[in-house]
Amino acid sequence: MITLTVNGSPQQLDARISLAQLLENMQLSGKRVAVERNGEIVPRSQYAQVKLQDGDQLEIVVAVGGG
Amino acid sequence: MHTLTIAGKTYSSRLLVGTGKYKDFDETKQAVDASGAQIVTVAIRRTNLGQDASQPSLLDALPPSKYTYLPNTAGCYTAEDAIRTLRLARELLDGHTLVKLEVLGDPKTLFPNVVETLRAAEVLVKDGFQVMVYTSDDPIIAKQLEEIGCVAVMPLASLIGSGMGILNPWNLQIIMEHAQVPIIVDAGVGTASDATIAMELGCDAVLMNTAIAQAQNPVLMASAMKKAVQAGREAYLAGRMPKKIYTASPSSPTGGVIGT
Repeated sequence: MITLTVNGSPQQLDARISLAQLLENMQLSGKRVAVERNGEIVPRSQYAQVKLQDGDQLEIVVAVGGG
Repeated sequence: MHTLTIAGKTYSSRLLVGTGKYKDFDETKQAVDASGAQIVTVAIRRTNLGQDASQPSLLDALPPSKYTYLPNTAGCYTAEDAIRTLRLARELLDGHTLVKLEVLGDPKTLFPNVVETLRAAEVLVKDGFQVMVYTSDDPIIAKQLEEIGCVAVMPLASLIGSGMGILNPWNLQIIMEHAQVPIIVDAGVGTASDATIAMELGCDAVLMNTAIAQAQNPVLMASAMKKAVQAGREAYLAGRMPKKIYTASPSSPTGGVIGT
Protein backbone atom coordinates (compact mmCIF):
# COMPACT_ATOMS: atom_id res chain seq x y z
CA MET A 1 0.00 0.00 0.00
CA ILE A 2 1.34 3.42 -0.91
CA THR A 3 -0.09 6.83 -0.16
CA LEU A 4 0.10 9.76 -2.55
CA THR A 5 -1.13 13.31 -2.27
CA VAL A 6 -3.06 14.18 -5.41
CA ASN A 7 -4.20 17.78 -5.71
CA GLY A 8 -3.95 18.16 -1.97
CA SER A 9 -5.93 15.02 -1.07
CA PRO A 10 -4.47 11.72 0.16
CA GLN A 11 -4.91 8.80 -2.25
CA GLN A 12 -4.11 5.20 -1.39
CA LEU A 13 -2.98 2.70 -3.99
CA ASP A 14 -2.58 -1.06 -3.56
CA ALA A 15 0.64 -1.10 -5.53
CA ARG A 16 3.06 1.13 -7.32
CA ILE A 17 1.63 2.08 -10.67
CA SER A 18 2.75 4.42 -13.41
CA LEU A 19 1.57 7.98 -13.70
CA ALA A 20 -0.14 6.99 -16.95
CA GLN A 21 -2.14 4.34 -15.06
CA LEU A 22 -3.14 6.79 -12.37
CA LEU A 23 -4.38 9.22 -15.02
CA GLU A 24 -6.33 6.39 -16.61
CA ASN A 25 -7.90 5.52 -13.25
CA MET A 26 -8.91 9.18 -12.97
CA GLN A 27 -10.42 9.05 -16.47
CA LEU A 28 -7.91 11.64 -17.60
CA SER A 29 -6.16 9.59 -20.29
CA GLY A 30 -5.97 11.53 -23.50
CA LYS A 31 -7.19 14.69 -21.76
CA ARG A 32 -5.10 17.83 -21.91
CA VAL A 33 -3.56 17.94 -18.42
CA ALA A 34 -0.19 18.83 -16.95
CA VAL A 35 1.40 17.12 -13.99
CA GLU A 36 3.84 18.29 -11.35
CA ARG A 37 5.43 15.61 -9.20
CA ASN A 38 7.25 16.67 -6.05
CA GLY A 39 7.70 20.15 -7.44
CA GLU A 40 8.98 19.06 -10.87
CA ILE A 41 7.06 19.08 -14.13
CA VAL A 42 6.62 15.62 -15.62
CA PRO A 43 6.75 15.82 -19.44
CA ARG A 44 3.78 14.14 -21.09
CA SER A 45 6.10 11.75 -22.91
CA GLN A 46 7.23 10.27 -19.57
CA TYR A 47 3.85 9.45 -18.01
CA ALA A 48 4.21 5.75 -18.81
CA GLN A 49 7.74 5.50 -17.40
CA VAL A 50 7.17 7.35 -14.13
CA LYS A 51 6.39 4.88 -11.33
CA LEU A 52 4.65 6.55 -8.45
CA GLN A 53 6.24 6.23 -5.01
CA ASP A 54 4.95 6.38 -1.48
CA GLY A 55 4.74 10.02 -0.39
CA ASP A 56 4.63 11.48 -3.89
CA GLN A 57 3.00 14.88 -4.12
CA LEU A 58 1.16 15.33 -7.39
CA GLU A 59 -0.54 18.34 -8.89
CA ILE A 60 -2.69 17.60 -11.93
CA VAL A 61 -4.06 20.66 -13.69
CA VAL A 62 -6.22 21.69 -16.63
CA ALA A 63 -6.97 25.00 -18.36
CA VAL A 64 -10.26 26.57 -17.24
CA GLY A 65 -12.03 29.85 -17.91
CA GLY A 66 -10.31 32.76 -16.25
CA GLY A 67 -9.45 36.42 -16.61
CA MET B 1 -0.45 51.65 -37.30
CA HIS B 2 -3.47 49.63 -36.33
CA THR B 3 -1.73 46.43 -35.34
CA LEU B 4 -0.45 45.49 -31.92
CA THR B 5 2.91 43.76 -31.60
CA ILE B 6 3.70 41.73 -28.50
CA ALA B 7 6.95 39.79 -28.27
CA GLY B 8 7.43 40.02 -32.02
CA LYS B 9 4.00 38.72 -32.94
CA THR B 10 1.43 40.98 -34.56
CA TYR B 11 -2.26 41.10 -33.70
CA SER B 12 -4.99 43.04 -35.49
CA SER B 13 -7.20 43.23 -32.38
CA ARG B 14 -6.29 45.46 -29.45
CA LEU B 15 -8.84 43.83 -27.19
CA LEU B 16 -7.77 40.90 -25.04
CA VAL B 17 -10.46 39.01 -23.18
CA GLY B 18 -10.76 36.62 -20.29
CA THR B 19 -12.78 33.42 -20.44
CA GLY B 20 -14.08 33.27 -16.87
CA LYS B 21 -17.53 33.85 -15.34
CA TYR B 22 -19.55 32.81 -18.40
CA LYS B 23 -22.69 30.68 -18.20
CA ASP B 24 -21.16 27.93 -20.32
CA PHE B 25 -18.53 27.34 -22.98
CA ASP B 26 -20.99 28.13 -25.75
CA GLU B 27 -21.54 31.62 -24.37
CA THR B 28 -17.78 31.98 -23.82
CA LYS B 29 -17.08 31.20 -27.45
CA GLN B 30 -19.81 33.47 -28.78
CA ALA B 31 -18.61 36.37 -26.66
CA VAL B 32 -14.95 35.86 -27.57
CA ASP B 33 -15.83 35.74 -31.24
CA ALA B 34 -18.03 38.86 -31.00
CA SER B 35 -15.17 40.70 -29.27
CA GLY B 36 -12.81 39.92 -32.13
CA ALA B 37 -10.11 39.16 -29.54
CA GLN B 38 -7.20 37.04 -30.70
CA ILE B 39 -5.60 36.66 -27.28
CA VAL B 40 -7.65 34.98 -24.55
CA THR B 41 -6.64 34.46 -20.95
CA VAL B 42 -7.21 31.15 -19.19
CA ALA B 43 -6.66 29.96 -15.65
CA ILE B 44 -4.79 26.84 -14.57
CA ARG B 45 -6.58 24.76 -11.95
CA ARG B 46 -6.43 21.35 -10.34
CA THR B 47 -8.56 18.70 -11.96
CA ASN B 48 -11.37 17.96 -9.54
CA LEU B 49 -11.13 14.50 -8.13
CA GLY B 50 -14.27 12.66 -9.13
CA GLN B 51 -15.35 15.22 -11.70
CA ASP B 52 -16.93 13.99 -14.89
CA ALA B 53 -13.97 13.66 -17.21
CA SER B 54 -16.24 13.23 -20.22
CA GLN B 55 -17.40 16.85 -20.00
CA PRO B 56 -16.09 19.13 -22.76
CA SER B 57 -13.13 21.30 -21.84
CA LEU B 58 -12.37 24.94 -22.51
CA LEU B 59 -9.75 23.81 -25.01
CA ASP B 60 -12.47 22.08 -27.02
CA ALA B 61 -14.59 25.25 -27.09
CA LEU B 62 -11.70 27.57 -27.90
CA PRO B 63 -9.08 25.56 -29.78
CA PRO B 64 -5.54 26.81 -29.09
CA SER B 65 -4.89 26.59 -32.83
CA LYS B 66 -7.34 29.43 -33.39
CA TYR B 67 -6.67 31.72 -30.42
CA THR B 68 -3.49 32.79 -28.68
CA TYR B 69 -3.79 31.47 -25.15
CA LEU B 70 -2.56 33.57 -22.29
CA PRO B 71 -2.44 31.33 -19.23
CA ASN B 72 -2.62 33.37 -16.04
CA THR B 73 -1.61 32.99 -12.42
CA ALA B 74 -4.86 34.26 -10.97
CA GLY B 75 -5.22 33.20 -7.37
CA CYS B 76 -1.47 33.04 -6.71
CA TYR B 77 -0.21 35.02 -3.72
CA THR B 78 3.49 34.15 -3.89
CA ALA B 79 6.12 34.27 -6.61
CA GLU B 80 6.72 30.54 -6.12
CA ASP B 81 3.09 29.57 -6.74
CA ALA B 82 2.95 31.79 -9.82
CA ILE B 83 6.14 30.28 -11.25
CA ARG B 84 4.92 26.71 -10.62
CA THR B 85 1.58 27.51 -12.21
CA LEU B 86 3.15 28.90 -15.37
CA ARG B 87 5.57 25.99 -15.69
CA LEU B 88 2.54 23.69 -15.58
CA ALA B 89 0.83 25.90 -18.16
CA ARG B 90 3.82 25.69 -20.46
CA GLU B 91 3.69 21.89 -20.30
CA LEU B 92 -0.08 21.88 -20.69
CA LEU B 93 0.09 24.05 -23.81
CA ASP B 94 2.98 22.25 -25.51
CA GLY B 95 5.79 24.66 -24.71
CA HIS B 96 3.77 27.86 -25.05
CA THR B 97 5.71 30.69 -23.39
CA LEU B 98 3.46 33.78 -23.64
CA VAL B 99 1.92 34.14 -20.19
CA LYS B 100 0.10 36.54 -17.92
CA LEU B 101 1.78 36.95 -14.56
CA GLU B 102 -0.29 38.26 -11.69
CA VAL B 103 0.64 37.87 -8.05
CA LEU B 104 -2.06 39.08 -5.74
CA GLY B 105 -1.59 40.64 -2.35
CA ASP B 106 -4.99 40.54 -0.75
CA PRO B 107 -8.10 38.42 -1.41
CA LYS B 108 -10.51 41.29 -0.74
CA THR B 109 -9.09 43.84 -3.18
CA LEU B 110 -7.08 41.45 -5.42
CA PHE B 111 -4.53 44.24 -5.45
CA PRO B 112 -1.22 43.06 -6.91
CA ASN B 113 1.72 42.33 -4.63
CA VAL B 114 4.35 44.12 -6.66
CA VAL B 115 7.29 42.80 -4.62
CA GLU B 116 6.32 39.20 -5.36
CA THR B 117 5.43 40.15 -8.93
CA LEU B 118 8.93 41.55 -9.54
CA ARG B 119 10.53 38.42 -8.04
CA ALA B 120 8.42 36.09 -10.17
CA ALA B 121 9.01 38.14 -13.32
CA GLU B 122 12.78 37.87 -12.93
CA VAL B 123 12.68 34.09 -12.61
CA LEU B 124 10.19 33.62 -15.44
CA VAL B 125 12.04 35.86 -17.90
CA LYS B 126 15.29 33.99 -17.17
CA ASP B 127 13.42 30.73 -17.69
CA GLY B 128 12.44 31.79 -21.22
CA PHE B 129 8.85 32.94 -20.64
CA GLN B 130 7.40 35.92 -22.48
CA VAL B 131 5.79 37.65 -19.56
CA MET B 132 2.83 40.00 -19.80
CA VAL B 133 2.51 41.32 -16.30
CA TYR B 134 -0.45 42.61 -14.31
CA THR B 135 0.57 45.35 -11.90
CA SER B 136 -0.59 48.44 -10.06
CA ASP B 137 -0.55 51.81 -11.83
CA ASP B 138 2.77 52.74 -10.21
CA PRO B 139 5.06 54.13 -12.95
CA ILE B 140 8.25 53.11 -11.13
CA ILE B 141 7.20 49.48 -10.77
CA ALA B 142 5.95 49.44 -14.37
CA LYS B 143 9.38 50.59 -15.56
CA GLN B 144 11.16 48.03 -13.40
CA LEU B 145 9.02 45.24 -14.83
CA GLU B 146 9.91 46.41 -18.32
CA GLU B 147 13.61 46.49 -17.42
CA ILE B 148 13.42 42.94 -16.12
CA GLY B 149 12.31 41.94 -19.62
CA CYS B 150 8.53 41.68 -19.48
CA VAL B 151 7.06 41.88 -23.00
CA ALA B 152 4.01 43.92 -21.94
CA VAL B 153 3.11 45.78 -18.76
CA MET B 154 -0.55 45.69 -17.75
CA PRO B 155 -1.51 48.23 -15.10
CA LEU B 156 -4.95 48.11 -13.52
CA ALA B 157 -7.53 50.79 -14.31
CA SER B 158 -9.30 49.90 -11.07
CA LEU B 159 -9.74 46.74 -9.01
CA ILE B 160 -10.27 43.41 -10.78
CA GLY B 161 -13.97 42.80 -11.38
CA SER B 162 -14.97 46.18 -9.93
CA GLY B 163 -16.16 47.83 -13.16
CA MET B 164 -15.07 51.18 -11.71
CA GLY B 165 -13.35 52.33 -14.91
CA ILE B 166 -10.18 54.38 -15.25
CA LEU B 167 -9.55 55.85 -11.81
CA ASN B 168 -6.14 57.38 -12.39
CA PRO B 169 -5.58 58.37 -16.02
CA TRP B 170 -2.61 60.50 -15.02
CA ASN B 171 -0.62 57.58 -13.72
CA LEU B 172 -1.43 55.57 -16.83
CA GLN B 173 -0.21 58.48 -18.92
CA ILE B 174 3.08 58.65 -17.02
CA ILE B 175 3.53 54.88 -17.46
CA MET B 176 2.91 55.14 -21.20
CA GLU B 177 5.23 58.10 -21.69
CA HIS B 178 8.15 56.11 -20.34
CA ALA B 179 7.36 52.69 -21.76
CA GLN B 180 9.18 50.88 -24.54
CA VAL B 181 6.85 47.85 -24.39
CA PRO B 182 3.08 47.70 -24.95
CA ILE B 183 1.01 49.06 -22.06
CA ILE B 184 -2.27 47.21 -21.70
CA VAL B 185 -4.93 48.36 -19.30
CA ASP B 186 -5.95 45.25 -17.41
CA ALA B 187 -8.81 45.15 -14.93
CA GLY B 188 -11.46 47.65 -13.93
CA VAL B 189 -13.19 48.36 -17.22
CA GLY B 190 -16.95 48.42 -16.63
CA THR B 191 -18.48 49.48 -19.91
CA ALA B 192 -17.60 50.48 -23.45
CA SER B 193 -16.72 54.10 -22.70
CA ASP B 194 -14.10 52.97 -20.16
CA ALA B 195 -12.34 50.98 -22.87
CA THR B 196 -12.51 53.96 -25.22
CA ILE B 197 -11.01 56.27 -22.59
CA ALA B 198 -8.15 53.82 -22.03
CA MET B 199 -7.40 53.71 -25.75
CA GLU B 200 -7.76 57.50 -26.14
CA LEU B 201 -5.11 57.89 -23.46
CA GLY B 202 -2.78 55.98 -25.75
CA CYS B 203 -2.81 52.53 -24.21
CA ASP B 204 -1.79 49.84 -26.67
CA ALA B 205 -4.63 47.50 -25.76
CA VAL B 206 -7.24 46.66 -23.13
CA LEU B 207 -7.73 43.37 -21.32
CA MET B 208 -11.08 42.63 -19.72
CA ASN B 209 -13.26 39.77 -18.53
CA THR B 210 -15.99 40.73 -16.09
CA ALA B 211 -17.27 43.75 -18.05
CA ILE B 212 -18.27 41.37 -20.83
CA ALA B 213 -19.09 38.20 -18.91
CA GLN B 214 -21.25 39.90 -16.30
CA ALA B 215 -23.14 42.17 -18.70
CA GLN B 216 -26.84 41.35 -19.06
CA ASN B 217 -26.06 40.36 -22.64
CA PRO B 218 -22.41 39.30 -22.77
CA VAL B 219 -22.27 38.73 -26.52
CA LEU B 220 -23.68 42.18 -27.28
CA MET B 221 -21.29 43.79 -24.78
CA ALA B 222 -18.40 41.94 -26.41
CA SER B 223 -19.37 43.51 -29.72
CA ALA B 224 -19.62 46.92 -28.04
CA MET B 225 -16.15 46.52 -26.54
CA LYS B 226 -14.68 45.66 -29.91
CA LYS B 227 -16.01 48.92 -31.34
CA ALA B 228 -15.09 50.91 -28.23
CA VAL B 229 -11.46 49.82 -28.45
CA GLN B 230 -11.34 50.58 -32.17
CA ALA B 231 -12.98 53.99 -31.66
CA GLY B 232 -10.59 54.91 -28.86
CA ARG B 233 -7.58 53.87 -30.91
CA GLU B 234 -8.68 55.89 -33.92
CA ALA B 235 -9.43 58.93 -31.77
CA TYR B 236 -5.97 58.64 -30.20
CA LEU B 237 -4.31 58.45 -33.61
CA ALA B 238 -6.47 61.26 -34.98
CA GLY B 239 -5.41 63.56 -32.16
CA ARG B 240 -8.22 65.28 -30.36
CA MET B 241 -8.80 69.03 -30.48
CA PRO B 242 -7.58 70.93 -27.45
CA LYS B 243 -10.09 71.65 -24.71
CA LYS B 244 -10.94 75.37 -24.58
CA ILE B 245 -12.63 76.24 -21.37
CA TYR B 246 -14.95 79.28 -21.67
CA THR B 247 -13.86 79.83 -25.28
CA ALA B 248 -16.73 79.01 -27.61
CA SER B 249 -15.92 78.72 -31.30
CA PRO B 250 -18.82 78.55 -33.77
CA SER B 251 -18.71 75.84 -36.36
CA SER B 252 -20.69 77.89 -38.86
CA PRO B 253 -19.42 81.05 -40.60
CA THR B 254 -19.77 84.15 -38.41
CA GLY B 255 -20.47 86.42 -41.41
CA GLY B 256 -23.44 86.51 -43.78
CA VAL B 257 -26.11 85.90 -41.21
CA ILE B 258 -29.39 87.37 -42.51
CA GLY B 259 -30.77 90.54 -40.97
CA THR B 260 -27.35 91.88 -39.98
